Amino acid sequence: MMIEREGLQVIDTATPPDVPARLVDDFTPELIDVGTHGLCPGCGEPIAVRALVEAIAELGLTQKAIAVFGIGCYTAFSNNLDVEVLQALHGRAPSLATGVKRARPGTFVVTVQGDGDMVNEGLQEVLHTAARGEAVTCVMLNNGVFGETGGHLTATTVLGQRTKNTLEGRNAHDHGYPILLADVIATLEGASFVARCAVNDAGNVARTKRHLTRAFEVQMAGGFSFVEILTMCPTGWFIDTLDAPDYLSGNLAAVHAPGVVKDAARG
Amino acid sequence: MTRRLLEGSEAVAEAMVAAGCRFFAGYPMTPFTEVLEHMARLLPEYGGTCINAESELEAVGMAWGAAATGTRSATGSTGQGLSLMQESLSELVSAHVPLLVLNMARAQGDYFQATRGGGHGDYRMPVLAPKDAAEAVDLMRPAFELADRWRTPVLMFGDYYLAHTAQSVDVPDVVDPPPPGDWALDGSTGGSGHAKLLSPLGDHKRRDDVGYDLQEHYRRVARGVQEMTEGIEPMWEELGTEDAEVVVMAWGTPGRYVRAAVRELRERGRKVGFLRPVTLYPFPDAAVQQAAKNARLVAVYENNQGQMTDDVRLALEGRVPVRFIGGLSLDHSGFGIAPDLEVATLVQRIEEVLPA
Repeated sequence: MMIEREGLQVIDTATPPDVPARLVDDFTPELIDVGTHGLCPGCGEPIAVRALVEAIAELGLTQKAIAVFGIGCYTAFSNNLDVEVLQALHGRAPSLATGVKRARPGTFVVTVQGDGDMVNEGLQEVLHTAARGEAVTCVMLNNGVFGETGGHLTATTVLGQRTKNTLEGRNAHDHGYPILLADVIATLEGASFVARCAVNDAGNVARTKRHLTRAFEVQMAGGFSFVEILTMCPTGWFIDTLDAPDYLSGNLAAVHAPGVVKDAARG
Repeated sequence: MTRRLLEGSEAVAEAMVAAGCRFFAGYPMTPFTEVLEHMARLLPEYGGTCINAESELEAVGMAWGAAATGTRSATGSTGQGLSLMQESLSELVSAHVPLLVLNMARAQGDYFQATRGGGHGDYRMPVLAPKDAAEAVDLMRPAFELADRWRTPVLMFGDYYLAHTAQSVDVPDVVDPPPPGDWALDGSTGGSGHAKLLSPLGDHKRRDDVGYDLQEHYRRVARGVQEMTEGIEPMWEELGTEDAEVVVMAWGTPGRYVRAAVRELRERGRKVGFLRPVTLYPFPDAAVQQAAKNARLVAVYENNQGQMTDDVRLALEGRVPVRFIGGLSLDHSGFGIAPDLEVATLVQRIEEVLPA
């Protein structure tokens, strides 16, 4: 339900939605311990996490995998995955991943971070890890907002996007421009594979899994790989749940363009 | 064991490697820098890894990651760099990750940072403050063992003198690193239904619900810190406290000079005692009480505005007056040779508080 606040149409978050969330299907994916998650209906992060663990399982990496989690809504998964998890501080997952991989070179190491975690708090961590060419994979779940705090501006928020601290939309004059991280990382010699994808429709979910699989193979061949996954956040975008996939393609993906940005082995 | 003449930084590095440390990450900063140089040279010879991190934030993060795999690991800096690491140090306590952290400090201003926990949250970590390189070498293996025993970061607190002066030290023979604890990550438990979790938010995977039970976790962390505090035997050095009318206390490098001043005064027949805590946390409360039992005054010399003085007061609980007789004493660099660290100056400083 939309209400008017300071002349703006905003979603009323103070009252429950007219149609409450319901369980569509009773299904527990492989390597995830519980069939439900505590995140909002319509959130893209559970889809991305599922694609990630499925790619791990399909490559036979389950008993080598250590996932290093950042801090955000997705942290809800760090204590119910059936792969080993090392929980990091906000922004700091790539340095922990580096320490793990250097100490145990036979392991498969992946970071799971949001845009606030990776691009705001810990930007230098991922850049230096890529530049060093660490044999790890960094995965960013990018929804363009701090979802956990309730929908605030991040370094990837696109121009015009409304957040709780840019009520009339991000404008370049006051808030600067978004950082297109995959494109930045692709410029670094140490990065072997860089891709951006989304989970807003079935085709994109399949592409996401394919990019993750390729990224993991690159890591196991000794290279640094990076996958940015655009995820829906209807709560933090202040839109109806069902509108979120289209909002993603019309706004976030219009700026953070999906595709393979760099694949050094394949040119 | 071999006796060698070494600069403190090299002695500390040799002792870490001898104690089984196989991972180090650091960022250059005077007077810590040479420890990093020596670790970068030494560790590859023993199959270990040293990374030149892009900041202290990453240095402690890398060491956290390596330590999480059960690899004996260390990092360090100078007080300013330690300030940057404090968020991680606090969370390492909650995550039960053993790690050795060096502070090659500038002067003695970091006592509160070291002992109070400069980071957020309700935590403590063991702090060892050797008086010189030889003592640092002797304490190195026990420090790593404390970290393993209590699964906690441990601070080895040195300074400019310790790092930059040479002395003869007994470097122990290199031992094989201990095997990783059963909590350590190596990926192998994935898919077992009980994959390991190492997190400052809790170490139980939940199959009945989503999210962490922080209430229970923080309770367990608090219990662990309490057990550790009670379980660690405090260490200290003392001299002539049995008949002391005045007990003089100091920590770290100044302890060497204050001890010499106390000895000189005792040779002149003055009833002065000396006590130097080696563990700053846990603080040797009982030893301080015992030493001051018949004293009229406890005087504390530190090269700062009086920080350990608070702990001395807490240990004595008002039974004996405590007087701060130290103060800033710096050279132009702010952390080099302190002009006051001269026995004649310290004798005079102590005489001012002795009974007539």
